[in-house]
Amino acid sequence: MTTPAIGVLALQGDVREHLAALEAAGAEARTVRRPEELAGVDGLVIPGGESTTISKLATAFGLMEPLRERVRSGMPAYGSCAGMIMLADKILDPRSGQETVGGIDMIVRRNAFGRQNESFEASVDVAGVGGGPVEGVFIRAPWVESTGADVEVLAVFEAHPVAVRQGSLLATAFHPELTGDHRVHRLFTGMVRSAAR
Amino acid sequence: MSTTPSSTPETASAPAPETGTARVKRGMAEQLKGGVIMDVVTPEQAKIAEDAGAVAVMALERVPADIRKDGGVARMSDPDMIEGIIDAVSIPVMAKSRIGHFVEAQVLQALGVDYIDESEVLTPADEVNHSDKWAFTTPFVCGATNLGEALRRIAEGAAMIRSKGEAGTGNVVEAVRHLRQIKNEIARLRGYDNNELYAAAKELRAPYELVREVAELGKLPVVLFSAGGVATPADAALMRQLGAEGVFVGSGIFKSGDPVKRAAAIVKATTFYDDPKVVADASRGLGEAMVGINCDTLTEAERFAGRGW
Repeated sequence: MTTPAIGVLALQGDVREHLAALEAAGAEARTVRRPEELAGVDGLVIPGGESTTISKLATAFGLMEPLRERVRSGMPAYGSCAGMIMLADKILDPRSGQETVGGIDMIVRRNAFGRQNESFEASVDVAGVGGGPVEGVFIRAPWVESTGADVEVLAVFEAHPVAVRQGSLLATAFHPELTGDHRVHRLFTGMVRSAAR
Repeated sequence: MSTTPSSTPETASAPAPETGTARVKRGMAEQLKGGVIMDVVTPEQAKIAEDAGAVAVMALERVPADIRKDGGVARMSDPDMIEGIIDAVSIPVMAKSRIGHFVEAQVLQALGVDYIDESEVLTPADEVNHSDKWAFTTPFVCGATNLGEALRRIAEGAAMIRSKGEAGTGNVVEAVRHLRQIKNEIARLRGYDNNELYAAAKELRAPYELVREVAELGKLPVVLFSAGGVATPADAALMRQLGAEGVFVGSGIFKSGDPVKRAAAIVKATTFYDDPKVVADASRGLGEAMVGINCDTLTEAERFAGRGW
């Protein structure tokens, strides 16, 4: 498989930016809003957005269980910001009814870096991403509160994990899709390729 | 973000964390795309909006329909009321300042709101100048009825644009007019060659750099939502199909018979805007929609969209 088909969960959020970044990273990118669309992709990106909204819509439209099933059976997935929250096994203080897909053995804290006025940009070194630090755009971003033994911490900012990987699952608290730097998406596309082998 | 005026804090890869950059402000709006932002006047309404799947709430004292009915000067909301709403929900909270009232905007920034709407729904404080939005860490959304107006607001630092529509009417006709106007003008720019863009900038009364950027991108350099008159799931889906990246719903939800149901229905129709079956299902059993006003019965003075320039 030279060109993997990678979906972007398109219930809400910065879908277009992820689609563009995936195409630039050598994937065939498409939107996923329905279970049958999910069935046709080799990997999935859960974009930035409002995690409560994405969670409620995934439940309302019967996507939550199919998502969990595919992640359990090894489909590679990458989540940025709200997507990181969706891939966490546990949220520290979830809103009522807020569920996650899970898959990464970690607890995340929502809006951990503060409200919009505290949102920031900073350089972040990400293990496995060569060529210097990544421009981290943190928008009402979460951080990882704690991780299980199988989770590899790829990046830390102010002593908090902000990028993690567990097997074929990848998550960042920041938004590489907003920067025009496609190295994180290339890393994920590579993960999808090797999972398909 | 190839074009930002020189007064923008420009950061590529600064060593220290930097807040309030154009990328952080505009990027915040990107996260709201595909979503519904709902007007709320109490913490209870804010919770209903959050539970329905709203991506943000607009905290205000009176919804536009009541501002219309009550008359008088409409101002920024009470800080206690805004804080009550901030404490009640975890989704972003927006609040409105009057056009040109940069001190109201300073107060809203100090209260920690996530977005400031410099809004024609409130009574303008300055009939010449809008606020200098580059001076703030908190991002701004502004209304526009056409492309020139949108680009003037972006030049002043707006990080998000909403087509104005006619707030508080429950009538989508002006929202359609303004969104179509903006999209048509963008499409026209796409067909211009470089020689024509200078004259286009003059006609639009907008900075040449921004006009050129729109011509290249085929879209605004910031997120474009629609506002002012959405009352039903089908209205929301209509605005999305016409090219809005999300919708603001003001009076349409909490002035209706069953706000809980209607709020969730409008969220669903906004996500599946291109699937008539979902929009049909979302439209069932919602009870009374807000009554609505025919916009052609409004006098010039009663039209909010004419405020701002």
